[in-house]
Amino acid sequence: MAGRPQKTASIGSFLVELIVYAVFVFAYFFLVLHFLGGWVKHLFDANRTLYAVVALGLIITQGVALEALTTALLRLIRRLGVR
Amino acid sequence: MNFLISGTHISPVYLIVVGFIIGICGGFFGVGGSFLAGPALFAVGVPMNFVVGTDLAHIVGKSIVAAKRHRVLGNVDIKLGLIMVIGTIAGVETGAQIIQQLKRRANVDFVVAIAFIIVLVSISAFIGWESWQTMKMRKPPKSSSSKKPKQDASAIAYVAKNIQRFQLPPMISLPNSGIKEISLWTIIVVAYVGGVFSGFLGGGAGYIRMPAMVYLLGVPTHVAVGTDLFEVVISASYGTFTHALKGNVDILIALVMHTGAAIGAQIGATLTQYFHGARIRLLFVPLPLIGAGLIIYTLLTGHAMK
Repeated sequence: MAGRPQKTASIGSFLVELIVYAVFVFAYFFLVLHFLGGWVKHLFDANRTLYAVVALGLIITQGVALEALTTALLRLIRRLGVR
Repeated sequence: MNFLISGTHISPVYLIVVGFIIGICGGFFGVGGSFLAGPALFAVGVPMNFVVGTDLAHIVGKSIVAAKRHRVLGNVDIKLGLIMVIGTIAGVETGAQIIQQLKRRANVDFVVAIAFIIVLVSISAFIGWESWQTMKMRKPPKSSSSKKPKQDASAIAYVAKNIQRFQLPPMISLPNSGIKEISLWTIIVVAYVGGVFSGFLGGGAGYIRMPAMVYLLGVPTHVAVGTDLFEVVISASYGTFTHALKGNVDILIALVMHTGAAIGAQIGATLTQYFHGARIRLLFVPLPLIGAGLIIYTLLTGHAMK
């Protein structure tokens, strides 16, 4: 039975993280991808080598950034003691 | 949302949900999830050449998240991963050459599809049998505090022990994987075979490499999952770059899918702490079967998957 409160805390933390994360993602779509779309398409048509470098750079940067964001969110939620 | 590069219109919510599901699978089992992502993208009208390249790009981002999480948990053997990259890239090139040969001589799609089904069903049946045998031979722990999920056991551990006795220099040690001594060539051959399947059948072939690390090299399941993800980051980056040069990557689709996969991968990686190796392997069993089912469906309905 000792595991029950820990489990509840984990689910609570996860839900809060999900909501905060959803807000970030929503802002990300409209601010970044909206402005990035046209430029990336232009690059795809004009310079394929540069596009390949930029594409790989973008996905690696996003991978590292989102990992840092999700880890920071989890840490913050645990520090605030969300149940 | 319009994706100008591939000329498609897809709901971002759909892409995030697909990414989230694949992220959980990737974080938990150490697989790229191409057998799910490929059909999911194809189903919403993404052209097949973009499906292959875009999926690889999304795998890079997702694997970074999951591999970093596994590294924090102590599940990544960087030395093993770097050695395996050499064999994998050589194997991918061989697999691609086999495909080129088949294109000239036979119906490549049919041959690849049948080979894929046989491989996936065989892996699923073998892992199911082995993990069931292992779980039967394990004695139940006396209390919850005595559980040590990273201690691994296998009903066929003798196979890996016999392979580790193969003495062909240079011999190396892998302390992070608990292997005192193993031939460098054994690791490269195992990675090479995985790479051949990756080049021949597409995707990252984590469904072959992860079990091969466990059963042939004797790597604990948790470390095999983390190390496979680390290796996938490097090999999928190489694949993304070459596909992007050929115009097969819609990076915006990959970025949107990855926002869902990032959180799924964190959850999947964290979940591995709560399961023993044999149970992770048993839960892995339905995944290759889903992939085989999708290919059988494609063969029966006539929709192209490659």
